[in-house]
Amino acid sequence: MDKKKRTRELVVFAVIVLALLAGCLLTPSGGESEPIQEVMRDAVLHEQNKVSLFGLIEVNPGLVSAYIVTGILIVFALICRLFVIPKFKYVPGRFQLLLEQIVGMFDGLAEGSSPHRNKFLRAYIFTAGVYIFVSTLFELLGVQAVTTSGHTVSLPAPLSDINGAIALGVMSYGVILFGGLIAAGVGGFLHALKDFSLPISMSFRLFGALLSGALVTELVYYYAALSYVLPVIVGVMFTLMHALIQAYVLTMLVSTFYGESTEKHEKKHGTQKIKKSRSETAA
Amino acid sequence: MPLNINLQQILLHALNFVILFGAMYFLLYKPVRSFMDSRQAHYEKMDEDAKAVLAEAEKTKADYEAQLKSADEEIARRQREANEALQHAVDERRAQAEQQASEIVQQARENAAREHDRVMEQAKGEVSELMSAAAEKLVLSSTSDAYDKFLDTAEERKDNG
Repeated sequence: MDKKKRTRELVVFAVIVLALLAGCLLTPSGGESEPIQEVMRDAVLHEQNKVSLFGLIEVNPGLVSAYIVTGILIVFALICRLFVIPKFKYVPGRFQLLLEQIVGMFDGLAEGSSPHRNKFLRAYIFTAGVYIFVSTLFELLGVQAVTTSGHTVSLPAPLSDINGAIALGVMSYGVILFGGLIAAGVGGFLHALKDFSLPISMSFRLFGALLSGALVTELVYYYAALSYVLPVIVGVMFTLMHALIQAYVLTMLVSTFYGESTEKHEKKHGTQKIKKSRSETAA
Repeated sequence: MPLNINLQQILLHALNFVILFGAMYFLLYKPVRSFMDSRQAHYEKMDEDAKAVLAEAEKTKADYEAQLKSADEEIARRQREANEALQHAVDERRAQAEQQASEIVQQARENAAREHDRVMEQAKGEVSELMSAAAEKLVLSSTSDAYDKFLDTAEERKDNG
């Protein structure tokens, strides 16, 4: 009796699911639909879908994403500062431990790669790492925005916008350049200047990595047939992996190059001292 | 521009990131870092205090051990002195005992000699007494017999006569 009942329930459930699936696939989607080529091209170039920024200028959706992510992070930091950090204890709770782990992880990375001078670097890679991680995860929220042409777009990760990636890459290079200048003088500055391809490589690495994630997700969601079950893996797993990997890669690169721009200068000093002592010994 | 690169938007992104950096640094990174530093300083101070206490304890232990060592030496010295005193006392006592024993033996010998003499004297007296008693008895027995014989004879003669 129970078995028959259960079978009937399963059959009803399967019929409802199949009916809805058929409905999804057979009914035409509302509004104007863009071909996938245009969608992909626009995801890369942002030629068509612009969003109005406070009614002042038309910007890529990625910039709006960047402002929203910044707003979220600032509110989060403010809440932590007002309500969490004053209640910190020497024996930490879970949330305190999480915050301390994040800060400690980036501190460790900075100290390990650049033991000579790292105070600013620690704060910089902390912010950059958190920003890349959260902004990459932001695309999972699928926040909708209306473009100036009347389409609705899902706001992408800020760094899948080439302008955002270039801004972060160039700023990171600036940190390396001026870190070298302050820590090691003109020698450090010139050493960092030699790696002039660094901002380009960092920018395009970020852009390429995050854009590829966005394109794969776009591709999957474009076809209704692929939008069942698969996005759970593609959307969430890929985005999480991107977020972690890109946050780690950029912060590691910045701290490594920053460390090099000071370390070589120290070595120069060391070799000069050795040369000096050798010449004194010879004399 | 290739790839739709826009300088204005790059600057807007940069401005956004700089604002984020300032906010994250002052609101989150710096307070967490300073708390972690203060906690590290607290535990380092605790560690230093513990090390100081440990060093003090080690020093006290060393002092006590030195005191114990000197006490052991003192005990050994006193034990040695006590043993020597004891040995001395034992020797003295033994000498006294030996002297006493020799005196007792001497006394005993003298007593024995005196007793011997006294017994001999007494025995002599008794022997002489016994001899006189025996003589007297002998004498008395012989005179009574003669008297009896005389009386018997007298009786007989009277009867006969």
